[in-house]
Amino acid sequence: MDQGIITAIRIVPLEHYIVLSFLLFSIGVAGVVFRRNTIIILMCLELMFNSVNLLLTAFSAYHSDPRAQVFVFFIMLVAAAEVTVGLAILVMMKRNVDSVDVNQLNRLKG
Amino acid sequence: MNSDLLAILVPVLPLVGAIILAAMRRKLSATIAGSLATALIASSFVASIVLFLGFDASTGGRTVQILDWINVGGMNIPLALRIDALSLTMMLIVTGIGSLIHLYSIGYMHDDERAPTFFAQLNLFSFAMLMLVMGSNFLITFIGWEGVGLCSYLLIGFWYTKPDYNYAARKAFVMNRIGDVGMVLGMVLLFQRFGTLEYASIMDMATGGMDDPLMIAATLFLFIGATGKSAQLPLFTWLPDAMAGPTPVSALIHAATMVTAGIFLIVRSSVLFELAPFTKDIILWTGTATALIAASVGLFQNDIKKVLAYSTVSQLGYMFVALGMGAYSAAMFHVTTHAFFKALLFLGAGSVIHALGGEQDIRKMGGLKGSIKITFITFFVGTIAISGLPLMSGFFSKDLIMAYGFQRSPVLFGLLLFGALLTTFYMFRLLFLVFYGTYRGKAHPHESPLTMTVPLMILAVLSVIGGLLDLPHLFGGHEPMKHFLETAAEAIRYENLELSASTEWVLMGLTTVLVFATIAFAFGRFAKRTTLEGAEADMPFFKRLIAQRWRLDELYAALFERPYGWLSTHLFSTVERRLMVPVMNGVGEAALAMGAVVRKLQTGNTSFHLLAMLFGMIIFLLITLLSN
Repeated sequence: MDQGIITAIRIVPLEHYIVLSFLLFSIGVAGVVFRRNTIIILMCLELMFNSVNLLLTAFSAYHSDPRAQVFVFFIMLVAAAEVTVGLAILVMMKRNVDSVDVNQLNRLKG
Repeated sequence: MNSDLLAILVPVLPLVGAIILAAMRRKLSATIAGSLATALIASSFVASIVLFLGFDASTGGRTVQILDWINVGGMNIPLALRIDALSLTMMLIVTGIGSLIHLYSIGYMHDDERAPTFFAQLNLFSFAMLMLVMGSNFLITFIGWEGVGLCSYLLIGFWYTKPDYNYAARKAFVMNRIGDVGMVLGMVLLFQRFGTLEYASIMDMATGGMDDPLMIAATLFLFIGATGKSAQLPLFTWLPDAMAGPTPVSALIHAATMVTAGIFLIVRSSVLFELAPFTKDIILWTGTATALIAASVGLFQNDIKKVLAYSTVSQLGYMFVALGMGAYSAAMFHVTTHAFFKALLFLGAGSVIHALGGEQDIRKMGGLKGSIKITFITFFVGTIAISGLPLMSGFFSKDLIMAYGFQRSPVLFGLLLFGALLTTFYMFRLLFLVFYGTYRGKAHPHESPLTMTVPLMILAVLSVIGGLLDLPHLFGGHEPMKHFLETAAEAIRYENLELSASTEWVLMGLTTVLVFATIAFAFGRFAKRTTLEGAEADMPFFKRLIAQRWRLDELYAALFERPYGWLSTHLFSTVERRLMVPVMNGVGEAALAMGAVVRKLQTGNTSFHLLAMLFGMIIFLLITLLSN
């Protein structure tokens, strides 16, 4: 990695990255659990992915180990694939129950 | 041709036939299937003859190894064939008689729609029987042993739509299994003792002392196996019922070949039996008892095939008597001549049944000698051969066994002579009732086709001249069969007959005179008979007991079947109903009840599930963190 970028990342202390990632992840979790709009839930999922990506990049820079950043690309790729599936489900959901409220999907119960 | 390859071809040809016929059984006609089966078994016969002609008796025999079969630890059992005097003799009988009976079956089964299946099973049987006699170790023999049992079961129950026939097939199978267990145990004991199952190695090693308990146990177990397959007391009751199968099956399996498997097994392991005189005594007396009991039952049977079946059991008894005296070659000689005349008699009976459109009751026959001449003449030849009229094949073989019996003890000779006279009596009763007097049935008898009569004629000739195979010195012969069999490696200890010529002449004369007297007696009683004695209920007690087959079937039913049935019923009503059913149902109901509680968690609310998942993950995370 370019030494300049590493230096730029290292301007901010590691603890700040950790706290920011933690906050982003928590917001994502809270959104997934408490919101009913499926689009928001999908967006919150993305938020969690990206908080993890941020943390990985930060650790990678501080440890001077590029492997974590390779991993970030994988996560992005998988997230993209996951979004297509999620959006497809969303479209089907809109067609079938004419709503994007997850609580409409409650027929699968014991 | 390479003779090893030839030896392998002998059993493989019928196997190929069985596979082809089984695969194409719906496409082939009865005649084509029959011709193919006959051609294959006849090729086996030709191969056997070539092997026989090329066989050098002075070498004692050789082993043809096909492949290493089981080779684990100290256990080495190859898939190999043994070619020696004994296996060659049996191969010639199995393939020779087998070819004739296959040929006969073409005519007999021509209008049966499952005829190709029949021929497939007949070919499979020939394969199994050849494996049995050619195997170079006990295990290969055992494969054939089980194979012939299976084919016997299939063929007895060939007409499976009749429940009686199925019952007869199951009975034969179960009775044979009892014997098979004996054979397995015998094999295990031998393996434990010698560490191998190869005949040649065991016979070389078995030189130990007499009356070794292990040897007695092993030979007794082998003998139990032999009683099952060869229908001796107490396991003979399946054979008369086995007559449910088509008549060629009775001739091939239940008279000429399979039932001699027990005798073959004992001759094969004769060295072991020589080390266990106790077992030999048991064989001797079992054989005598079987010969007499079966012959007595034969006196009162009214089914043409049942008479022949009991006669088979009785003749097998004679063979066991010979084995019990160590006269192994005499037993094999009787096996051979018996194969000729008993196959002839069964096929003749089949021809009679065929002529009368399926009638088997001799009370509804009579006076047939004019209408089915070839069958009559050949059946007549068979009858005088089994009765032991002078110079017939049965005369030489049975007299040989009886002479050995006299050498052992005059009492035994008396018993055997009595049995022989019973044989003569019931065979001539059968002959007179079927062919003499006036016709008592309603069908229109017609002679059978050539495919059926030609085997009859060939077998009739063999029944007459079969005695030449082992012509005794008394008649200017040199007992060629005995000398041939003695070249087999196992056969070094055959008993010799050491009676003076005059004694033998007296015994033969006595037998002959009594046989002729019996024939005259039977002629007087049955030749002009128009009606037969009435129901069994009118007979005096002892006669009724014999007519009801000594009530052996009833005895076994009371001893085994009914207690077993009682046990099963009671286990069902107590253990099954009161214990198993509640326990099994309880397990299922408990699972359902727990499910009813837990299922309430499945609300179907996505947010709730996600929340639950989150808490679950947090809990696992905490556990992981705290446990370190």
